[in-house]
Amino acid sequence: MATDERKLVDGQIEALFASHPPADTPEREFWGAQFDHGLAWVQHAEGFGGLGVSPRWQGEVDRRINEAGGSTRNRYLNVLGIGMGAGTIMAHGTDEHQKRFLRPMFACEEIWCQLFSEPGAGSDLAALATSAKQEGDTWIVNGQKVWTTLGHLAKWGLLVTRTDPDLPKHAGLTYFIVDMEADGVDVRPLYQITGEAEFNEVYFTDTPIPDDLRVGEVGQGWAVAMTTLMNERVAIGGGVSPRGSGSISLAVGAWEKLHGQDGDPVQRDQLLSYWAEAEAMRLTTLRAKEAAKQGTPGPEGSTAKLHWADLNKAITSFTMDLMGPEGMTYPGGYEFTRPDQTSNRGTSAHKAFLRSRANSIEGGTSEIMKNILGERVLGLPGEPRVDKNIPWREVPRS
Amino acid sequence: MTVTTAPPVVAFALTEEQKLLVDMVRDVLKDRATSERVREVMLGDDGFDEVLWTELANLGLTGLTVPEQYGGAGSTFTELSLVFEELGRRLAPVPLLSSVVLGAEAVLAAGSDEQKAAILPGVAAGTTRLALAHLDPAGRLTADPDVRAVRDGDAWVLDGTAGFVVDGRTATHLVTAAVGPDGLELFVVAGDAAGIERTDLEVLDLTRPMAGVVYSGVRVADADRLSGGDAVAALHRALEAGVVAIACEQAGGTQETLKTTTAYARDRVQFGRSIGSFQAIKHRLAEMLVASESSRSAAYHAARILAADEREELAIAAPLAKSYCSEIYEQATGHGIQIFGGIGFTWEHDAHLYFKRAKSTKLLLGDPKHHRALLGEALGL
Repeated sequence: MATDERKLVDGQIEALFASHPPADTPEREFWGAQFDHGLAWVQHAEGFGGLGVSPRWQGEVDRRINEAGGSTRNRYLNVLGIGMGAGTIMAHGTDEHQKRFLRPMFACEEIWCQLFSEPGAGSDLAALATSAKQEGDTWIVNGQKVWTTLGHLAKWGLLVTRTDPDLPKHAGLTYFIVDMEADGVDVRPLYQITGEAEFNEVYFTDTPIPDDLRVGEVGQGWAVAMTTLMNERVAIGGGVSPRGSGSISLAVGAWEKLHGQDGDPVQRDQLLSYWAEAEAMRLTTLRAKEAAKQGTPGPEGSTAKLHWADLNKAITSFTMDLMGPEGMTYPGGYEFTRPDQTSNRGTSAHKAFLRSRANSIEGGTSEIMKNILGERVLGLPGEPRVDKNIPWREVPRS
Repeated sequence: MTVTTAPPVVAFALTEEQKLLVDMVRDVLKDRATSERVREVMLGDDGFDEVLWTELANLGLTGLTVPEQYGGAGSTFTELSLVFEELGRRLAPVPLLSSVVLGAEAVLAAGSDEQKAAILPGVAAGTTRLALAHLDPAGRLTADPDVRAVRDGDAWVLDGTAGFVVDGRTATHLVTAAVGPDGLELFVVAGDAAGIERTDLEVLDLTRPMAGVVYSGVRVADADRLSGGDAVAALHRALEAGVVAIACEQAGGTQETLKTTTAYARDRVQFGRSIGSFQAIKHRLAEMLVASESSRSAAYHAARILAADEREELAIAAPLAKSYCSEIYEQATGHGIQIFGGIGFTWEHDAHLYFKRAKSTKLLLGDPKHHRALLGEALGL
């Protein structure tokens, strides 16, 4: 079976490379051809960017493309679509959705964003309030979304709305694909503490969505949204970062530049303590990858996000301390720009320090991560809930 | 300049044989290293659990890393590290660290073929129990220990005091570091040789005895001076292996602490709720889980690097594991007592045994600060 899959994948790679040399084909044209050869999401069915094989072949495909001088940066440029939207559309979308959206998504002809969080629904996503009311074949949307990465570049959005406020909060949700160019959609930059706007606020005022852009049944929005969240990063074969990279490299750089061998012994000990912890954490991701590959995943696979978030904050803060007075500066100043893609890398120690504060908030706060580890990995009981089995309308909200 | 080359890649996954080994050790310890038995031994005069030790020897575990030509199994340190992880979970009071790691590694590195053939088969069989006497009376690792060796014809005469000798009172032989006319030497001295006085220290962790050893005109044949390798390098090798063994033991103790504390947090009810449902408790346990997983990774990596004999990487991996696993074990056992609450502060509960083992092993063979300094040297930081 595995050898059959390998043959199939190899054959498609060769065919793709023959018709579209990776180094010499314009990116979008190449990505489109990659889709046509079933190498976009190999686990998808044929005709939908896949070959119906195990998703573990994707890493191999992407590696070969990179080696041949091609680009796989579409996975970052259109991360919400390719990483999260595609799996959702495959699982819950209609045949028309799949035919219409997947190819331009993969080729980055249409950028996607995700419209889940709201000012009143952060950790408690299911409390969201953006409403959608049906009028014939159209839904009319009103409300506000926030933390919308790529919102200002997106053609399409993955939107969760409340369609029945009288049902308990998880039950009254419905999922849509929304045209970001439709009437009543207002995308505004959300400047963060670095001065940049990686994210946006999106306001909907009587925005119409045709019913055929509904994903899943009315009232099934929560299940569809969970599919989106679970698809996060599955498609990106992300490797383990090299030893000494990331924020610890900024700390080491600051140490070597400003202190070297004559540095303060207390700070030196602290630097090495962080180095050791960063490496122990990196080894844990290696161990987790190996266990997952062998089909025996354990608790080591669940701790990385929490560990990384808290350690990254500590190390970037320590780096500022190492720099002394230079830590009072902000080189380049606060530029109120709207970057094209999400990026935590290639950045100054100063910006990394500020940006890292979000690490323990975005993608699940550290508090929520601890609840998840405590309840799902350690088997501890949950907190008593005051929002279960009562209409969303009656749940207290801030 | 910092080290930027990629570290050697070692697989974490266990082979089927290694899994069987873990199961076997767990089975034995479940029956033999119960809390009652550990307490009986730690409060008795034997100094170690002779019954368990014999059983471990019969299963070949005392000879795991001893080369086959000297009566051992010739396995790698990866296998032995698994045993340490299990011993760490149960706090089993046996002299595996002192004899099979510290003592035997020193003999392997510094002994001549004849000396290894004379000493190691006994170690593998468990009948010879080595202890490494290399620290000064205050427990400091110094290039200039207190014990002196003076040549007297075909023999040597040792005088001085070695401190903090793990399992020093009960060992059949003391691998003794002494300064002779040509620098540091290692002597294998019978524990009951004339002129040796061994006194148990009053130790924090009763499950791991340590002794002070006074040498007063102790005569040792020149044949018992390890003569197959450099003594300083051999000592370094033995200590590096010891550090990795302790880290694995600590990772085992951390996991056990997390396991028992989590079970208690699930069962204990206050204010009408399991206390583990309170985030104040749940979050602390989640933090312990995160740290425990990373301490496992650091310890496993170091053990596999030692097994592969990657010396350059070991200079990074060993001090990293010892410093990190020490800190995490201490934190975890401290949190453990807090979550157990009042019962965790009692003598009858086992939490204090782990807490004491954590603190004691943190300071044994170099504290975290010492090992971070070594790590810094290896990294060029």
